[in-house]
Amino acid sequence: MNMIEAINDALDIMLSHDPTVVIMGEDVGYFGGVFRATAHLQEKHGKNRVFDTPISECGIIGAAVGMGAYGLRPVPEIQFADYIYPGMDQLISEAARLRYRSAGEFIAPMTVRSPFGGGIFGGQTHSQSPESLFTHVAGLKTVIPSTPYDAKGLLIASIEDNDPVIFFEPKRIYNGPFSGYYDKPVEPWKNHPDSKVPEGYYSIPLGKARTVREGDALTILAYGTMVHVVSAVAKEKGVDAEIIDLRTLVPLDIEAIEASVEKTGRCLVVHEATRTSGFGAELSALVQERCFYHLEAPVERVTGFDTPYPHSLEWAYFPGPVRIGEAIDKILEA
Amino acid sequence: MADEPKGTGRAGHNRPALQFHVPEPKFRPGDAVDFSDLKITKPGEQPRPDEACAPIDTAPLANDLIRVLGDDNAAHGPWDPKLDAETLRRMLRTMALTRAFDERMYRGQRQGKTSFYMKCTGEEATSVSAAMALAADDMVFPSYRQQGILIARGYPLVEMINQIYSNRGDKLKGRQLPIMYSSRPHSFFTISGNLATQTPQAVGWAMASAMRGDSRIAATWVGEGSTAEGDFHAACLFATVYNAPVILNVVNNQWAISSFSGFAGGERATFAARGVGYGIASLRVDGNDALAVYAATQWAADRARSNGGPTLIEHFTYRAEGHSTSDDPSQYRSAHERTEWPLGDPVMRLKNHLIHLGEWDEERQVALDLECAEQVKAATKEAEKNGVLGHGMHHPFHTMFEDVFEELPWHLEEQAAQAIRERKIKWPQA
Repeated sequence: MNMIEAINDALDIMLSHDPTVVIMGEDVGYFGGVFRATAHLQEKHGKNRVFDTPISECGIIGAAVGMGAYGLRPVPEIQFADYIYPGMDQLISEAARLRYRSAGEFIAPMTVRSPFGGGIFGGQTHSQSPESLFTHVAGLKTVIPSTPYDAKGLLIASIEDNDPVIFFEPKRIYNGPFSGYYDKPVEPWKNHPDSKVPEGYYSIPLGKARTVREGDALTILAYGTMVHVVSAVAKEKGVDAEIIDLRTLVPLDIEAIEASVEKTGRCLVVHEATRTSGFGAELSALVQERCFYHLEAPVERVTGFDTPYPHSLEWAYFPGPVRIGEAIDKILEA
Repeated sequence: MADEPKGTGRAGHNRPALQFHVPEPKFRPGDAVDFSDLKITKPGEQPRPDEACAPIDTAPLANDLIRVLGDDNAAHGPWDPKLDAETLRRMLRTMALTRAFDERMYRGQRQGKTSFYMKCTGEEATSVSAAMALAADDMVFPSYRQQGILIARGYPLVEMINQIYSNRGDKLKGRQLPIMYSSRPHSFFTISGNLATQTPQAVGWAMASAMRGDSRIAATWVGEGSTAEGDFHAACLFATVYNAPVILNVVNNQWAISSFSGFAGGERATFAARGVGYGIASLRVDGNDALAVYAATQWAADRARSNGGPTLIEHFTYRAEGHSTSDDPSQYRSAHERTEWPLGDPVMRLKNHLIHLGEWDEERQVALDLECAEQVKAATKEAEKNGVLGHGMHHPFHTMFEDVFEELPWHLEEQAAQAIRERKIKWPQA
């Protein structure tokens, strides 16, 4: 399966498995979604379970909060993460705080699915990675898969979770893992071991990272598309990196991070999102605070630049092999 | 600077100067008040369409004012809900109790027992009558000025005061600002400080009820000022698109803190008229007329229950007191407004109606007011046994970290340990 098919399968299974699961969003119903993630689900499960909405992110998230209060388990889709902002008040002030402010009387067991990330010539409003806006909010969980296998298992776990989950899908790798070498042909998922997705129900616990590759030279912390980019760069350079795919940013698998950095003594943090106050700053601070006496070099961050996401200069902006390679060299030479 | 258009001389040199319009209320502090140009309709003259009518058929009512109780204290016309005397007395009692509660809590704030309070004086009918016309398990999504709903639904006053004092008995564990109640057993949704967010949530709840083939409906309340929020637009839109079984109440009390209703767009259109634009049945009622509020709510509830869809009700009323204990209305409006308000006081009007029916008298009213004051006083005493507001010391520090998530992640456990360590330093005797 590719990642879209894995997501579609997870949604199909949860719709069959739990009568309270409902899917809503712009173009998700009859049409099956602009990325086909919800294809055929309305046909199979009916309009009461899978339906189109007005173009109103505030309304989509607000209505989903009310449905959650009723006892449903809504899975709203925001067509692009770049368009989640009109729903931010409902997410931050309401969904994230419902359990806390009502002392558990009302909860928002919703999973907001949204394609995110760049590398597709999406320009300013189809490329953003706004995860740090959500990891900063007490009460929200943020999940980002990097393979079809993880996408299905993590999405099922997110839907079953009783807390509101922001589920960002790296749209660059919907159809195949992306190495970051933009001038090389893209491999489809079918050649990748993590595209073997079991049929039926399985879940992957939130808050648990995945070791993509074991190594001793340095620890690379990444998620989403960047997991594949750092893997390709490490391979190209012949570096014995330990690559950790965080999978869940909140709650974070701090034990996996600490164990790895204590072993390697060096750490690189990589994300597509802009640098300043990005999630990398949190990761860097945590590693510095908790692994200081094991560190043999400063923690480096490779990120997008602090600019809006450009169209024509995409490959100058994208944190690709050159920027990552330089940072690896710097850490290893320190 | 851009170049001017060529060939026409100076751009717009012969056009009249545009004028910027900033709405201004009619009366400011010290002004004499004259409400004679306010269009007040005659009670009983508004038609009552069938609950199954098309939304557009309610357009005249959205620009009218549905009234039942006249100056003669009698009930008039097709909107008279014809309630029995017992129900009317219960309504009067609940409204009087709400007012007595407000009076005491306001004083409690002034005495330093809590940080904050908001009264609903003059607006008691918009919550109490509406709540009485709904079923007990219809879900309500109120704003912060519908305490009358909780009282009408029999929520214990002691619990309300515990919440206001953030004391040991507070079911919300001292986390919420006073008056931001929550009670799932009373189908009363948790109040948020963020305005109008509850309106699309109410619609979503109603959509869920319809999706599941339930028979319960939802109702939400929002002030006229908050209708300016984008959420209110989303709520109206989703309500109409999905024909949601929901009642959208707009309490137009003329004031949003210091801003008069003109800043929410009230100068040129009624708030009810907006509903018609969305294809939502819309009624505009005298919000100080407890019978009109009851009848409109009953109409809307019947409509929703029979899959007729949403209704928007504008309750035309007046915020008789300051916005909150942090507000001084004498700084921005005339003190005469309250006394001159042509729709009077909801409690007095209902009382006079019951007296007119021969079902009540002034002596019983005096006794009722005294009884309500005593009931609130006793509840206050009881709640004070659990303490008054004080540095969050009423709850174990670990509770501050609970319910952020269903389970505490490692970072919250670490922070909880920090808070508990700090406690020993900050308050060694505690």
